Amino acid sequence: MPRVRFPRRRGRELRVTAARLALLCAIALLFVPAAGTAGPQASSCKLQVFSWWTGGGEAAGLTKLIKTWNRNNPSCPFKNETVAGGAGTNAKAVLAQRLAAGKPPDSFQGHAGAELRDYIKAKQVLPIDSIYRQYGFRKAMSKQLLNQITYKGHIYSVPVNIHRANVLWYNPKVLKKAGITAVPKTWSQFIAALEKAKKANVIPLSMAEQWTAKHLLETVMIATIGPTRWAALWKKGGNWSSSGVTTALNRYKTLLTYTNRDAASLTWQDAGKLVVDGKAAFNIMGDWQDGYFSGSKAGDNLALKPKVDYNWAPVPGTSGVYDWLSDSFTLPKGAPHSTAAKKWLGFLGSKKAQDQFNPVKGSIPARTDANPRLYGPYLKWALRQWKTNKLAGSLAHGVVAPNAWAADIDTALGLFLNNRDVERFQTALVNAAKKRAT
Amino acid sequence: MSTATTPAPPIPAPMRLRRRRAGRTTANVLKFAAIVFFAVLVLTPLYVVIVTSFKDAAETGPENAWALPSVWTFDAWRDAWNQLSPSLTNSFKLVIPATVISTVLGSLNGFVLSKWRFPGADLVFTLFLFGLFIPYQAVMIPLTTLLADINFPDGIPRLAFAHIVYGIPITTLIFRSYYATIPDELMEAARMDRAGMLRTYFSVVLPLSAPAFVVTAIWQFTSIWNDFLFAVFIITDPSKWPVTVAVNNTTGSLVTPYNLQMSAALLASLPTLVVYILLGRYFVRGLLAGALKG
Amino acid sequence: MRRVRRWGPGLLLVSPSIVLIAVFVYGLIGWNVKVSLSDWRTAEKTSGWAGLDAYRDLNSDPAWDESVHHILVFTGTFIVGTLFFGLLLAFLLEKGVRGEGFFRSVYIFPLAVSFIAAGVVWRWLMNPAPGDRASGLNVAFEKLGLGFLANDWYLSLDWGMAAMAMPAIWALSGYIMALYLAGFRGVPEELREAARMDGASEWRVYRHVVFPFLRPITLSALIILGHISIKVFDLIVAIGGKQLITQTPAVYMWILIYDARDYAEGAAIATLLLIGISILVIPYLVYSVRAERRA
Repeated sequence: MPRVRFPRRRGRELRVTAARLALLCAIALLFVPAAGTAGPQASSCKLQVFSWWTGGGEAAGLTKLIKTWNRNNPSCPFKNETVAGGAGTNAKAVLAQRLAAGKPPDSFQGHAGAELRDYIKAKQVLPIDSIYRQYGFRKAMSKQLLNQITYKGHIYSVPVNIHRANVLWYNPKVLKKAGITAVPKTWSQFIAALEKAKKANVIPLSMAEQWTAKHLLETVMIATIGPTRWAALWKKGGNWSSSGVTTALNRYKTLLTYTNRDAASLTWQDAGKLVVDGKAAFNIMGDWQDGYFSGSKAGDNLALKPKVDYNWAPVPGTSGVYDWLSDSFTLPKGAPHSTAAKKWLGFLGSKKAQDQFNPVKGSIPARTDANPRLYGPYLKWALRQWKTNKLAGSLAHGVVAPNAWAADIDTALGLFLNNRDVERFQTALVNAAKKRAT
Repeated sequence: MSTATTPAPPIPAPMRLRRRRAGRTTANVLKFAAIVFFAVLVLTPLYVVIVTSFKDAAETGPENAWALPSVWTFDAWRDAWNQLSPSLTNSFKLVIPATVISTVLGSLNGFVLSKWRFPGADLVFTLFLFGLFIPYQAVMIPLTTLLADINFPDGIPRLAFAHIVYGIPITTLIFRSYYATIPDELMEAARMDRAGMLRTYFSVVLPLSAPAFVVTAIWQFTSIWNDFLFAVFIITDPSKWPVTVAVNNTTGSLVTPYNLQMSAALLASLPTLVVYILLGRYFVRGLLAGALKG
Repeated sequence: MRRVRRWGPGLLLVSPSIVLIAVFVYGLIGWNVKVSLSDWRTAEKTSGWAGLDAYRDLNSDPAWDESVHHILVFTGTFIVGTLFFGLLLAFLLEKGVRGEGFFRSVYIFPLAVSFIAAGVVWRWLMNPAPGDRASGLNVAFEKLGLGFLANDWYLSLDWGMAAMAMPAIWALSGYIMALYLAGFRGVPEELREAARMDGASEWRVYRHVVFPFLRPITLSALIILGHISIKVFDLIVAIGGKQLITQTPAVYMWILIYDARDYAEGAAIATLLLIGISILVIPYLVYSVRAERRA
């Protein structure tokens, strides 16, 4: 009799398992909403803005903007979507993925200039010439700046601020101790000063991890070949094999011999701190260094006195040149709340927003009608310079080189830092330009 | 139908730890000294983390790594708690269901692939195992697109689903190795009793699985809790981020508040540490019974 | 039919997992290989055929050579170091000691700390600042009279990646120790006693009786450590950022995909990593299937 039951029992086993499995799947499917119900919530408007401003003055400045926006736009409050990590490393990756997946935010932060070219070419951001017309931005911003952020006749972002990259930071006490009587203005004066610092047993020029080496490189190149030839390098047919570039690279090599051996393990703040702690004479860095030096302790800054504990000058060889970079915001294609997004861009370009944001952030506005009284000593100087200087776009911060080209230069630079071979470096740069220039 | 009385655990003699009384021989004294020495080495980084987390912001920095705080400040801990506590709930909501489900899945899979095999079971297992090695960075874009296309509920459920799927290889591996040590006689006995697959599983295999469940649960808890990559790519709404993303966001984009970073990292690792301490002994015992042998 | 009814339920039970793995692992691997053979080299998505172009570019890319060199040094140091310390710690504990539970927890706890956090701490410990700016382990060495041990750590051109492996060894040794401890304790005491009766010294007992039992464990450990090593990303970036000096294929893949937007080349790296891993895994699988047949 068991024999007879056997096969039926097995068959039942199979059916029972199948039934249980089907039940489980059914329950699971209940959680999957019907296709088509997922989509942008048109009912509750939230302005989704994506940036990497998660700390310090940037976050503080952003908070002010958020407050003002929310007050004036209660129907579409601000939704802050920030991801931290290395000046936007993680944020850029997450953003790339969201754009590829077709889920853009209403606006995202990006460096004005070539860095946005990837997004433009992939048709992920829209031109906003109409917003410029509507709010009269063209009259309020420098012509040089507008020229340098226009791509194929259109503008794609609203610059909120301007940072300067070619700043030489120094500690007056250290200079005095080393017998450096005047801040160097030319290349030979610079080398002489660095020698004196070396003899006085301080680090002549403090440097940090690889991207600051790239930052240093661009200032040396601009100092050697000047802003006009610098701009030409980034166009198709730019002459990277010129003797000017060779001289610049050799000068760069010389400068590197005056830097600290452990540069690759330092952050840019660590390198700056070496100067104000009296352990280094000079540091070349963008003007966020001023924010770090003079900012409040509450923001983890050093709260030092400008012109007393530290001072600044243009990088030797670049007086009259403004090596600029800018944080700007875009209008993504398919922004979930495009009316609010456009209003946000109009708001960002306004005098009120820029004068609220920049003093806290530590940069100058992109508009030329800023109220200087709101800005600290360094920024007052920067504002004056911005009015008269010739502009040169930054390499390390996305103005002149699109991402792929910049990555190629990174590789070439990394290898150069290892082997210090100028010829190979120049060849690599020439090849990168050939491959990437459009 | 009378089933056999609860079978004795199929764990061989070695389970009975023969603890020799450590006699005071030179060898044993040296051994103990070495054990303590290594323990100190292992704990050294923890010392730096703890000490930094109690320092004032101005005092922290690589140059003061070893120094004790001049004033023991709780600021960093307070800030860490404020910044992390909203996402702690997200982490728990994520890890507990994901761990439970992936562990259960692993157990079922491991059971079938070792004791209730079908033709090609070994091949299937091999193919599962290969899934351990997929480099996630390369597939984040199609993965997130795929998850969006099938309209899986957004937020934590979607992240949990991803972890469950990619947890299948390791959980299956652990359970399969463990179940392989169950003597086939037990399976035979169950078959003699006319038990089908599910009955065999529930009455014979499951009662013996506790150590393997613990090993797997600990491994999954750790990896899901500490995961950053999936979390930051799959969840777009910041309010739903788990704690690892919140810890990462304590890095200012300009200035890094080291004391906050350390306290946040410690805070985020506390739940895992607790799980380890409480279940640590089961972990080793689980491995003792062959969970990850060969 | 009877046969099917026998193993049918099993197959059915595993089928959801099979489907999920087929889609989310093999489907995505397929996508990846397809992209690596396409012309999608910029942010603009294109799906033309480009054959092995991306692989050729990778091959002539000096950064790729650096990355491979780095990962080999890292992997070698990491695997040897972790196996060594894991075995050593297990050996020290295996005969039982006072407070074993405590020490075991101490050794295993680093596994609980995420690689990102561990990276930050070890970055400080391995600070290469020279002279009077020395800190971290370098300054500790000085104070302990071991100044000759001070070095450049991860900035060293040749051995930098070996230093980078230290935090990884710290994190995983405890886990490998647990594996080996289980192995040691799995050796029947009778066998050891018998060998001792035969006059073997304790060392010979270990060598001829105990260590053979540990061989399958070493193989498992190799696989686990190997796969962690090839995919490691968080740790490298936490310590060295994305600088070339500490770049590995996993980091380079990230840079290509998310910074340079060269999707094909990034996918090519992923495919090469998978091929490399297959070379590791397949012998293991052949061995273990054979071992099971034997048992």
